Order: sequence, then structure tokens, then C-alpha cells
Amino acid sequence: MAVIAAGGFLGGPTRYLLGQAFPTAQHTFPATTFVINVTGAFVLAVLLVCVIEVWPPTHYVRPFGAVGFLGAYTTFSTWMVDTDRFLAAGRYGLAALDVFGSLFSGLAATALGIFLARAALVRRSPGWSRA
Amino acid sequence: MTLLGVAIASAIGAPARYLVDRLVASRNRGAFPWGTLVINVTGAFVLGVLVGMGAHHGLSKQAVAILGTGLCGAYTTFSTFSVETVRLVEERAFGKAVLNVGVSLAAGLLAGAAGLGLAQ
Repeated sequence: MAVIAAGGFLGGPTRYLLGQAFPTAQHTFPATTFVINVTGAFVLAVLLVCVIEVWPPTHYVRPFGAVGFLGAYTTFSTWMVDTDRFLAAGRYGLAALDVFGSLFSGLAATALGIFLARAALVRRSPGWSRA
Repeated sequence: MTLLGVAIASAIGAPARYLVDRLVASRNRGAFPWGTLVINVTGAFVLGVLVGMGAHHGLSKQAVAILGTGLCGAYTTFSTFSVETVRLVEERAFGKAVLNVGVSLAAGLLAGAAGLGLAQ
């Protein structure tokens, strides 16, 4: 629990600082939250392949990096409330772009992260790699 | 000061997510990621209330940043939602993957809108 809290202590403020450094105006595409979520999804996928399939068992990497840092770095609630505000303002195209753009980019980033991490790091069985 | 507040709130939100996920998972043994769904929907509701209070009831920007960006932002998670969905696809549980996306988004948007509306 303390390790998760430590990861959150760093991940949340990283997102906050990126939001301060790259603010997006009201009723424009929330590019900063988008980039945070998509990059976080990619890094989480790579990290989980490492933890589950590559590295020897570790105690702290997953709670600190995955649950703590990346879980706090990315956010679901801002994504939803941003979209709700676009809908309330009648900006339906922007709302659809935010929902579906983030969804599909996040899923693609996750799949790409898993694929690249496995391709680069997971040792293949010599049986078929040398065939 | 706001940054420290966001950090402390995030250090509460992330372990809270872990606890709620464990609690929900202990009651559901299936493959469907109910824990993250419950977390993300409840977090969207609370953030909606906070943002609405900031817009209409004078809740300070600092409080919205600490409780909204920090606590709700760290409590909810996009990365785990995405990984759990892709994992369902990998396991060829396509129906569950579609259900996870559909219910998370529909309930998340409704919860956020309800929070915003409640604080109007």
C-alpha cells in the first residue's frame, strides 16, 4: 500500500504539471489529457509484459509503477467529464472525437506496447526461432 | 502548495483504487473487470460534482485541482481500463471486451453528467 501511494504521489502531479505546462482552452480538444492517457496506456502495456513475462518475480515494480504511478498518471474521470461538458455545450463532434479518439488510440497503444515489448524482450523458444 | 496538495491527494487516490478493486474482485470471480468499472464510474461522478461546484458554487480552483485532478484523477485510471480490455480481446472474450467498453463509457458519461447536473 505504501508503495502504491508513493507511485501515486509522483504520477498524479506529473499529470497536473503537464496540464499546467500545456493547457487546452475550453471547448477545444483536450490534447494534453489525450496524450497523457495514450502514453500511459502504452507504457503500462510494456511494463506489464516485462513484469509478467520477462523479468524474474519482483515485489515493488508492479505496485509502484503500474498501480501507483501509471494508474494515477492516467485518468478516466477527466476524460468523461470533459466529454460531458462538450455534450452540454452542444459540441457533439468534439465529444465524439474525444470519446472515440481516446478509446481507440488507447487500445491501439496498449496492443502496440504488448506487441513491441514481446517482440523485443520475450525470448522465443529455440525450437521455432531456428527452424 | 497546490502541487503538494495534488501529490498528497494522488497518494490517497491510487491506494483507494487498489482497495476498491480488491474489494469488488473478492465478490466476483469471473474474468470481467468489475473493479475498474466501479472505480471509474464513481470517480467520474465525484469529479462531475467537483467541477460543477467550481463552476457554479465558488469552489476554489485550488480545491478543484487537489480533489478533482489529484484525488479523482489518481483514483480513476485509463491505462488499466485499456489493458484489461485488450486482455479480454487476447483471451477471445470479445463480448466481454465490448461490454466493458460500452458499460464503462455509457455509465461513466452518465455519472459525470449526473455529478455536473447535481452541482448546478
